[in-house]
Parts: sequence; C-alpha cells; structure tokens
Amino acid sequence: MLQQQIQIKSEAVMNNSKNTLAGLAAALCMVLPSLVAAQEPIPNTQIVVEQPWARASLGTSRPAGAYLTLRNLGDTVISLTGLEADISGMASVHQSKTDANGISSMSPAGDIEIPVGGTVALEPGGYHAMLMKLQAPLIEGETFPMTLLFSDDTELTVDVPIFGMGARGPEG
Amino acid sequence: MKQFGRIAAVGAAVVVVALFFGWWQVDGPGAEQTLGKRSLPLTQMDFSLTDQDGKDVGPQTLLGQPSLIFFGFTYCPDVCPTTLSDISLWLEELGAEAKDLNAVFISVDPERDTVEVMADYISYFDPRIQGWTGTDAQLAVAVKGFRATYEKVMQTDGDYTMNHTSGVFVFDDVGDFVTTIDYHEPREFALPKIRRAL
Ligand SMILES: [Cu+2]
Repeated sequence: MLQQQIQIKSEAVMNNSKNTLAGLAAALCMVLPSLVAAQEPIPNTQIVVEQPWARASLGTSRPAGAYLTLRNLGDTVISLTGLEADISGMASVHQSKTDANGISSMSPAGDIEIPVGGTVALEPGGYHAMLMKLQAPLIEGETFPMTLLFSDDTELTVDVPIFGMGARGPEG
Repeated sequence: MKQFGRIAAVGAAVVVVALFFGWWQVDGPGAEQTLGKRSLPLTQMDFSLTDQDGKDVGPQTLLGQPSLIFFGFTYCPDVCPTTLSDISLWLEELGAEAKDLNAVFISVDPERDTVEVMADYISYFDPRIQGWTGTDAQLAVAVKGFRATYEKVMQTDGDYTMNHTSGVFVFDDVGDFVTTIDYHEPREFALPKIRRAL
C-alpha cells in the first residue's frame, strides 16, 4: 500500500522533472551561445611553454607526471595557478621534496610565480604536473592537450608528447 | 662611499657564514647525524621478501655481488620513475663493469604493489633491475636494516601516496655498506660512488 503510494509519487516527480528538463534545455539553447562567448578563455601571450613531455603510464590506475618549462616574456610577474587536462580527472601542480634525512615526499605546489624575463621548470624531482584519475592511458608516441591556468585568468593549452616510462627528460 | 664599503663587508660576511653553514651540514660535524643512521651491512640484516618471479629473496641473495638497493612504489609519478631511469642510465654507462651488479627496487607499498605489478612495472626499465615486495610485516623488517623509513600519506583525491627514503644504497660484494647516492644525484657523482663498490 505504502509502496504503491511512493511509486505513484515518484512517477509524478519524474514527469514533472521531464517537463522541467525540457524547459531547461530550451532555455539553454537560447542562452548558451552568449554564455560560451562570455567564457571564451583568454589566451596568455606573455608565457612561452618549452619542452613539454610526459612519461607513458601503466594503465589508468596510477597518477602520471608531466613536465615543461615556462618562460615569462612579459613585463609583469605572473603565476601558474592550476592545470586542466581532459586525460586527467584531477590535474594539479605538485612539488616533490627531499628532506635532510633523504626522505622524499610530494604535495600540491600552490601558485608558482614566474619572474619577468625568467623561467620556472617543472622537472623530475621538483615541480610536476600531477595527472590523477587518468581517463585514458598515456601511450608512448602520442600527445595530449594540457591547459595551464594563470593568475591573470589567462590560459595556455599545449600538446604534451608522451615518451617511454623510462624517459629522463624532454629529449626522451 | 664609506657606506658602500660597509655594505660590501657585511655582504662578504654573510657569504662566509653561509659557506661555513653549508660545510657544517654536508661535510662538517653537522653531517654526523646522518652518518649515525647508516645502513647495517647486509650480513647483519635478516629479512625476507618476494622477487618479481615469485621467488623468496633476502639479504643473502645479494651477497657475492655488489648491490644497489632503493625504495619506492609503482604509484609514484615523479621520484621513483626518475630513480629507476637514473639507475638504468648508470647501468648502461658502466656497461661490462656492472655486469655482476644487483639492482633492486623494493616497494614500500605492498598493498598495491603485488609480485605481478612489480614484474610488469620493472619490465619498462633496465632488465637488470629487480623488483621485490612482501607483506607489511616483512617490509617493516627490511626497511629497518637499511635505517630507511616510509609513511603512508592520504591525498585530497582519496588516494594515498608514500613518503619514503629515496636514496640508492650501495653495498660491496661482501655486503658492507659503501655509500648512498642521493635522489637524482648527477651521474658524474653517482658513477664514481658505484665504482667504489665494484
Ligand atoms: Cu605528485
């Protein structure tokens, strides 16, 4: 008896939400074009990305690391604030550290300032792009797009070549 | 002008103090702290683990040949693959000299690094590198002999990472501890250290 009532109720809710959904979709179709225009990413023009590379991954269960060098050609200090990549469900900049007792650890790096005229390297043992929750394996010989987010709300997308698991640097 | 001289003098003094502090930490009395933590010789260790082929292994497995031993885990995206590729490079450069050399990667993450996982993972590096794992209890015993440490650390995504001793332990063929090669040490420093054990 009670179950029946619940079923009727949930059907009503479903019907209702179907209508709402249809309405929402219609509204979105009208609003979306302008919305997309407003959110168009602002490309960064003062940072140059040099020698991006990543190691191939063993399946998708392990986090992967990617590296690159950022060169600031502008006349203002700017910070790398985050990362996005379709291949990773959760990408961020990490920093590996080794303490005086020889114990290595890694943790989120926070914002990284790129000095005017200077460079910041994401390289083995220091900063790395930490690609967690891989959506697909990183396969040697392929590339994947990765977007760098900066403190002035600009962004830069680079194609990252994938080298072997035993790669040591941008030369493979 | 006089003031400039004073600033220069202060600057020079700062440099001298910094240099002294560096020496104190690296070669001077300040370095004794880490020396006190040096690994036991292999002959005084007593642990058992399983290699990538499922065979029982322990410190006695390593005797008779010099050994490079290091700790890590396969879910490590940065430090561990870097160490493995560094060692692959060293082995390559040593060539025939390193013909009879053990190179062993011991996992500090037995929960995820099973024998099969270790076998798969090491196959991407120099074929001379072995991968050993075991139970939590076996690992705890092994790590103690090397005076190494490891610690599980939770991450924001719900997964965990391992903090661990990342240097490479170098032993000679009778199992005496020779030195450690620090994480990512340039090969011009690493190779002579290995040669001391050959
Ligand atoms: Cu990381």
